[in-house]
Amino acid sequence: MISRRDFLQAGMAASALVGASGFGNWSRLAAQQALTQDQLLQFDTFGNVSLIHITDIHAQLKPIYFREPEINLGVGDNKGHVPHITGADFRKLHGIEDGSPSAYALTYNDFTALAKTYGRMGGMDRVATVVNAIRAERPDALLLDGGDTWHGSYTCYHTQGQDVVNVMNALKPDAMTFHWEFTLGTERIRELVQGLPFAALGANIFDAEWDEPSEDFKPYEMFERGGVKIAVIGQAFPYMPIANPGWMFPEYSFGIRDQRMQEIVDEVRAAGAELVVCLSHNGFDVDKQMASRVTGIDVILTGHTHDALPEPVLVGETILIASGSNGKFVSRVDLDVRDGRMMGFRHKLIPIFSDVIAPDTAVAAVIDEQRAPYMDQLTEVIGQADTLLYRRGNFNGTWDDLICDALISEREADIAMSPGVRWGPSILPGQDITREDIHNVTSMTYGKAYRTEMTGEFLNVILEDVGDNLFNTDPYYQQGGDMVRVGGLGYRIDISKPMGQRISEMTLLKTGEAIDPAQTYVVAGWASVNEGTEGPQIWDVVEDYIRKQGTVTVAPNTSVQVVGA
Amino acid sequence: MEFTRRDTLAIGMGAVAITVLPFRVNAAAEEAISAFTGGADIAETGVTLIAPEIAENGNTVPIGVEAEGAVAIMVLAMGNPTPGVATFTFGELAGAHSASTRIRLAGTQDLVAIAQMADGSFAKASSNVKVTIGGCGG
Repeated sequence: MISRRDFLQAGMAASALVGASGFGNWSRLAAQQALTQDQLLQFDTFGNVSLIHITDIHAQLKPIYFREPEINLGVGDNKGHVPHITGADFRKLHGIEDGSPSAYALTYNDFTALAKTYGRMGGMDRVATVVNAIRAERPDALLLDGGDTWHGSYTCYHTQGQDVVNVMNALKPDAMTFHWEFTLGTERIRELVQGLPFAALGANIFDAEWDEPSEDFKPYEMFERGGVKIAVIGQAFPYMPIANPGWMFPEYSFGIRDQRMQEIVDEVRAAGAELVVCLSHNGFDVDKQMASRVTGIDVILTGHTHDALPEPVLVGETILIASGSNGKFVSRVDLDVRDGRMMGFRHKLIPIFSDVIAPDTAVAAVIDEQRAPYMDQLTEVIGQADTLLYRRGNFNGTWDDLICDALISEREADIAMSPGVRWGPSILPGQDITREDIHNVTSMTYGKAYRTEMTGEFLNVILEDVGDNLFNTDPYYQQGGDMVRVGGLGYRIDISKPMGQRISEMTLLKTGEAIDPAQTYVVAGWASVNEGTEGPQIWDVVEDYIRKQGTVTVAPNTSVQVVGA
Repeated sequence: MEFTRRDTLAIGMGAVAITVLPFRVNAAAEEAISAFTGGADIAETGVTLIAPEIAENGNTVPIGVEAEGAVAIMVLAMGNPTPGVATFTFGELAGAHSASTRIRLAGTQDLVAIAQMADGSFAKASSNVKVTIGGCGG
């Protein structure tokens, strides 16, 4: 068999993005002059099957800025391995020049300057152009949506996901799997799924009462493309009722369920599948481990952890493709399937530079139609940013610090807590902050801002618990989010230690005193998974705070000390 | 928008009582194993124990056990105050040597399944099940 590695097209790292020379002096070279749509889409069609993967768009229909993580620490066997490589190390690994379009799209450094040079990324109308271009070359290419699609914006919240459903339907996907979609609640997700003109997949979605595969979602769908029988198996986010409020969808149970995945792979192989694709929302490290335990999967299209990788990762005979988040990227994977097996592949992570790729007019019209009834609400300017506002990273980002400041100030709390989610676009210094921008980083169906009392001991329990969800050395015990963000509280974390020993030096910042395990503190937070949480919506709390501030400045956060990395 | 700051009390993140450390192995669990095996050696292969890595609800955790050729399979929740969960026995005419049930876990701990084979030998499998506050990921 020919080495698969030989077929790897360097994609972004080399030929795709030319015009990077002349950078480094922050010359005002507009993205349009440096790049062309043809260059971004250039791909020598290969083999007989094409897969198009998009995932974790979080309802971002319009182009956005999104800063990739500075801190993304791996533990155990994954320490120092992709995707736990960021910044200069990432650029070195993939041969990306500093200041180049790829550096802007994939790493965090000089983000503000590069964002001003290269502009916003994403937009489902631009994604549609890319999808159409691939279909022009390969009419029967499969478009697969990895989920976290119907969540994350003002219009998505107010239409209960209908706006994104309408736009995605216009792109004509072939299959989809799920995560945040379930936070719309059982009734709504059933309604939306039943109306989908494509397959809703999740081999690990079970009926909670009977512990049997759910009848609402198919485990897989068989396709015949390019003369090849292809099985696409869905794998929904395994920890839905734990990371998100299970009371909103009590009828369903999830889990990784290796044995179930192996059974399904065996079943589709027995039914004649020559190519087995897993459309997964496991998260990268979980998928890597699953690929090492389940045999017979050719391609895992991985999602959830928002990693954008310019090259596939090989685990045994399985290739893992990670396509980023928020609409910034689309992956194209061409495969040569012959004699019932995958013989080679060619891959490209296509960056959606919104100023370079022309919007598809039909999809642009659908997007505008969804937004039209809400334009006054969306566009109202609440304040201005003086600091780059971003979230992505293992620990607090500036958006999180701003939200925590708002909670402490508006809710008169000692300490604030904000969930370590990985979605939420960035805002550049000098940019207006609109209501839409606030909802983009806070929107959810359980966004009420609670105010409660917690003992120092319990605060420690929370930090240890969430820390273990992120830094447990076995990926199957990780939930794929980042560390809970805190305001008013400093701590030290040793990520190399086991649960119960990671957190130390907890300090109440307003007094500088050590947190007393027996003392009670007033804590404000949001996104509680508990039913019956009371309080104002977090976006209203943040809006009130920003309005009072006018111009928002967030000081660098030095209150979390990370060791053991 | 207007709201009264003090009126809005809340069930915050993690209003659940939970401790950080995994539950210790209950001494009664070791005794139960000795009683079941009579102190015989226990092989590490031959038993399949299916349990979630992280429990969705610690009060009702679905588990399954299977051991080809077993006459009995004992399941223990090593950290529960009462570790014994169940002992499934299989007659000579049993078509399948597997069973599934739901169990309650007081906290993060190991589950152990020990099978007694027809020839009198023993085999086991274990699995760590985590019970967590959750809610902050995504």
